[in-house]
Amino acid sequence: MKYLAFAASVFGATAAFAETPELTVYTYDSFVSDWGPGPVVEAAFEEVCGCDLKFVGAGDGAALLARLRLEGARSDADVVLGLDTNLTAAAAETGLFAPHAVSVEYDLPVAFEDPLFVPFDWGYFAFVHNADLQGPTDFKALGASDLKIVIQDPRSSTPGLGLLMWVKEAYGADAPAIWDGLADNIVTVTKGWSEAYGLFLEGEADMVLSYTTSPAYHLIAEEDASKAAAVFDEGNYMQVEVAGKLAASDQSELADQFLAFMVSDAFQSVIPTTNWMYPAVTPEAGLPDGFDTLAQPGTSLLMSSQAAADARDEALAEWLTALSQ
Amino acid sequence: MAHRAQPVSAKPGIGAALCVAVLILGSLLAVVLRAEAGRGLGPADWQAVQFTVVQALLSAGLSVGLAVPVARALARRRFRGRRMLITLLGAPFILPVIVAVLGLLEVFGRSGWISQLLGAPVQIYGLHGVVLAHVFFNLPLATRLILQGWQEIPAERFRLAAQLGAGPREIRTLLEYPMLRRAVPGALAVVFAICLTSFAVALTLGGGPRATTIELAIYQAFRFDFDLGRAALLSCIQIGLTVGAALVALRVSSGDGFGAGLDRPVQRWDGQGLGLRVLDGGMIGLATAFLVLPLIAIVLSGVPGLARLPGSVWNAALWSVMVALASTAILLLLAVPIAAAIAVGRQRLELAGLLGLAASPLVIGTGLFLMIHPIADPFAFALPVTAVVNAVMALPFALRILVPRARQVVAEFGRLGMMLDMSGWPFVRFVLLPRMRAQIGFAAGLAAALSMGDLGVIALFADPEVATLPLQIYRLMGAYRMEAAAGGSLLLLVLSMSLFWIFDRGGRWHAET
Repeated sequence: MKYLAFAASVFGATAAFAETPELTVYTYDSFVSDWGPGPVVEAAFEEVCGCDLKFVGAGDGAALLARLRLEGARSDADVVLGLDTNLTAAAAETGLFAPHAVSVEYDLPVAFEDPLFVPFDWGYFAFVHNADLQGPTDFKALGASDLKIVIQDPRSSTPGLGLLMWVKEAYGADAPAIWDGLADNIVTVTKGWSEAYGLFLEGEADMVLSYTTSPAYHLIAEEDASKAAAVFDEGNYMQVEVAGKLAASDQSELADQFLAFMVSDAFQSVIPTTNWMYPAVTPEAGLPDGFDTLAQPGTSLLMSSQAAADARDEALAEWLTALSQ
Repeated sequence: MAHRAQPVSAKPGIGAALCVAVLILGSLLAVVLRAEAGRGLGPADWQAVQFTVVQALLSAGLSVGLAVPVARALARRRFRGRRMLITLLGAPFILPVIVAVLGLLEVFGRSGWISQLLGAPVQIYGLHGVVLAHVFFNLPLATRLILQGWQEIPAERFRLAAQLGAGPREIRTLLEYPMLRRAVPGALAVVFAICLTSFAVALTLGGGPRATTIELAIYQAFRFDFDLGRAALLSCIQIGLTVGAALVALRVSSGDGFGAGLDRPVQRWDGQGLGLRVLDGGMIGLATAFLVLPLIAIVLSGVPGLARLPGSVWNAALWSVMVALASTAILLLLAVPIAAAIAVGRQRLELAGLLGLAASPLVIGTGLFLMIHPIADPFAFALPVTAVVNAVMALPFALRILVPRARQVVAEFGRLGMMLDMSGWPFVRFVLLPRMRAQIGFAAGLAAALSMGDLGVIALFADPEVATLPLQIYRLMGAYRMEAAAGGSLLLLVLSMSLFWIFDRGGRWHAET
């Protein structure tokens, strides 16, 4: 009898183990790295969900969307985390995403409302420079100066595409003239953010396209206050990073639970010092020390996802023309 | 010709080449089948094709052009540290792109050592920067390939030349030019093919979208426009260009071998004049400075970061070594049979070998993903796929290294072997393999080191728990940890060089390098 009870409990346990549901979240690679939010988020969510949270990293935001398009409805993903508003129109068009049920007050500088996507963090694009340099105050001043900058290629990098949208949103039809002015300031264009930032730190350029939150990394993690970000009078363009759940998910409830968890304190409080971005919902304890020192743009620029999708090809053509002279 | 009795069978080689062709063309086909009607190639794409060909021609021409005098100097001179130097010269070729670019810029960049020395920033960005970087990557490989040509001239020829009183000029026309006619076209084709698929190097040092290569256009088609048809089309252009270059090289490369030798160590009596000694010393010195300075920059910036390396980087290093060893084993299983088959007259098999180099890694990775995804979880196959793809990518280099020697062995010993009724496996085991040991060692070392440094397809299949060292370095950089990334790069450099050294030395039976 004892043996039977033991056997039953063993079988019960294996059955329970086998039934632990698995939630698969596709995200960009730096999110899942040891230094990103991934490991902490995974542990915190698994504590409350009784599930196995599996992060899968795929390049950056654009690579993520391409991967999803390749897989289509057969994808193992339940949630995709890490698209930005330059990509969401194309993502919505695939028809792979399902509406979410999250409703919270976001601490974003602009109103954000999207039936399919929930924001989890955001930041301002900005040119980062050494603190002892008097940074320019707008694109025209930058174009007129001798300052050297490194930027990323919009065809292979999300910040690079962000800069394209920034100039387009601030200057509209005058964008080509701005790019003409910038052409002689651009030392080079890199494949991705890491290369550009590496070149900047080696002293190849005075400024690099990054985020207003980049100096926070140097300040908090390295106790180095030597970096600053330039605030532009036209305003700084925002990157809002979002997540969405897939319509074909076999863990629909768990996916909803994850999206709700994503805007809760346990997730949001990890973001500032792992992803080095602003949390979409400021945690109760506030932002970490050091974030108060960051430059605050007076104007926040952001195109709607549809406007960004419509402007993209033209903006790229203008950029290519101006820089290929 | 094909029906003549041969000491080794071409069948295993043909089979191996077929496997490679199926893998590459199959994944290309998978992408084509998945594609929807796209917009085809635009003027910007053709511009990219044009820029790619121009920079690849210049890079190949300059790399090989400089490699000839460097290899001649190394073949003619004996000095302390020569072997070390030759091993070290292999380093640029096996570094991950981003690491090498940062090292190059620390020397040649706007605030690099040379700029500091001159007191004004050097203008490195532009077509000349692209070519400079490609020469940095490929000069060592070209030098090794051509140096090998010199080593295939039997010692007895130099002895005979010396006895007949031949000076440097006579040795050039009698021995060196015929050898170069055989070795140079192949080296040119390989370097040209490598430069065709360049992307990050060309963009970063090219200074902007002027330097758009085919590979970048593929990237754009894939992730910006999600136009798989255009990506596949562009990849076909890459393959077409590489195969075209290879066909030209095969046609041009000609001449008979030098016949058999007795494997004596080479002694040289020529080139003792002061002028030639200064010339050789100068070539070796310049090439060493050009190749070693950026490596020193990498070492110097890496040392402080070594102590700060997180445990996961060491884990990644272990995975990378395992992938590299597996990849080397696969490579040898493919390359040795193919080389043997080419040696007995199946020339065109070398084209199959080049396919791995010619096809865009992004397209191959995507194609493999499309093939695996319906059957299994691609992430479970991240490391095996990486090992296979790395082996296929190293195949063209391995063939360049193995084929000339295999030909020589078959030409010299094939008839004797058959007279002794020693064909097939006994010939392979007792004649072919022992006499190719040095070349097999070199090829294996190169494959292992290349695999260590390659980011390649692992970036498409990355599994958060299992990462290779290059991927982990990119992740460190992506998380602002540039110092730790520099430490990781140094670790990668040391590991790659060690693997290369172990295989390369292991294959050498006498003191000649």
